[in-house]
Amino acid sequence: MFNSKIIQKDFPILQNMLNGKRLVYLDNASTTQKPQVVIDAISGYYSTLNSNIHRGVHTLSERATDAYENTRTKVAQFIHAEESSEIIFTRGATEAINLVASSWGETNVNEGDVIIVTALEHHSNLVPWQQLVKRKKAELRIIPITDDGFLDLNNLDTLLSGSVKLLAITQMSNVLGVQTPIKLLVQKAQEIGAKVLVDAAQGMAHLGLNVKELNIDFAAFSSHKMFGPTGVGVLWARKDILEAMPPYQFGGDMVKEVFPFEATWNDVPWKFEAGTPNISGVVAFGAAIEYLESFSFADIQEHDQKLYAYARTQLREFPKLKLLGPEDPAKAGGAVSFVVDGVHPHDIGSILNDSGVAVRTGHHCAQPLMQRLQVQATVRASFSIYNDEDDVDALIGALKNVYEIFKI
Amino acid sequence: MDLYAENILDHYKNPHNKGKLENATASFADSNPLCGDKIEMSVRINDKGIIEDIGFLGEGCAISQASASLLTDEVMGKSVDEANGITNEKIYELLGVPLTTNRVKCALLSLVTLKKALALTKL
Repeated sequence: MFNSKIIQKDFPILQNMLNGKRLVYLDNASTTQKPQVVIDAISGYYSTLNSNIHRGVHTLSERATDAYENTRTKVAQFIHAEESSEIIFTRGATEAINLVASSWGETNVNEGDVIIVTALEHHSNLVPWQQLVKRKKAELRIIPITDDGFLDLNNLDTLLSGSVKLLAITQMSNVLGVQTPIKLLVQKAQEIGAKVLVDAAQGMAHLGLNVKELNIDFAAFSSHKMFGPTGVGVLWARKDILEAMPPYQFGGDMVKEVFPFEATWNDVPWKFEAGTPNISGVVAFGAAIEYLESFSFADIQEHDQKLYAYARTQLREFPKLKLLGPEDPAKAGGAVSFVVDGVHPHDIGSILNDSGVAVRTGHHCAQPLMQRLQVQATVRASFSIYNDEDDVDALIGALKNVYEIFKI
Repeated sequence: MDLYAENILDHYKNPHNKGKLENATASFADSNPLCGDKIEMSVRINDKGIIEDIGFLGEGCAISQASASLLTDEVMGKSVDEANGITNEKIYELLGVPLTTNRVKCALLSLVTLKKALALTKL
């Protein structure tokens, strides 16, 4: 098991004082902080490698290309992809999902077809599908959840009836920390010939992802939620699917030959990477993966569950406070959401901030989930490897101020 | 801490002019996508262009709701032109607490919504 106090030293931002207080960063589900090795990789890239990739024959361009493609190989190994050409770099998980909805969706979804998501989805894995079914006169179905946030699979067979083309499901709720039964859903999807896309943006830094073992078809995730830079994400898909998909954007680097009135496309994955990408970000993302690989996911989950249980036990002591999400830490992790009757989450967030405690308040880009849970917004404390019980204690201490100010 | 001054909490817990007017001449609802704060302003304007009555419905943080309460007090009995002349600075003055960038939107939602309701009245 790792020691969070030692890990904190890897993250320069956690050494800083903020508004005269120690920063207690509990907004990791929004974005994680970056370790020194990732920050160094960005500045190292610009200091020693900077040039454009895939086009120059000079030394710098060769080295930059190697560094960029080296991250592709690392990502492929990290998620157990068959080959590195199945890894497409995007701006983030959102763009990765939009790529699938635009390209694969345009050619594979027709009138009357069905796409299935869950009631837990982040807007990024909902709105692209809403738009696709509108364009195609297809149908969107939503797997409901129980009151404590688990997928309610009682009517799954009915939901899976008809011409289902795709299940697009989150691996872990960004609001409740709940995990979804991906293996079971993949099995059901395969019985009816539907594809499965996993939104792993939230889960990746907590659970990892083994695309081979899960036997899924698409996965989307973001570098910035796993200690890497913002502006970099990944779409992974099986090679045969990628080869059949039309390009998503057009321009430089994605073409093989261009004539005045027509063009042919580059091979996968470059067919989907038009224009100069975020090279420094991708290179530094490689450093983030190496950093994350220095931990075991079993240890990370044990750590998550310990903090989840510790936080909930203390929060339960507050009157008029309602905890959302499952009781059992084994089925969740990483994020604890709650509301306090009579105090809006934004006011709680502002008062916590006065004590140096950074949490996310609001709808967490999951408005349909808020509607289902019958709350307008929540306070969410989300954990990473560098958080420990002291951070939870700081949250609890600061929450007492909310009760004093609002006279609850 | 200054954000939650006594007057803000008073207006939040006991808002003035809360409710929807049954005989409104116009009403408008708007929300703040960042936070999910919601405000609906309903106004009754007489033929002299005076705001005879005003009510608001809303859910949201203390800043957004106190701002709506303070604003409805401010414009009650005033002319539409006077109400349209209210500036963002006036709202900050009414609230009297320091606002960070992200909270400015909460504070101004009521004014934006009121002006949209007033614009509908003219049509």
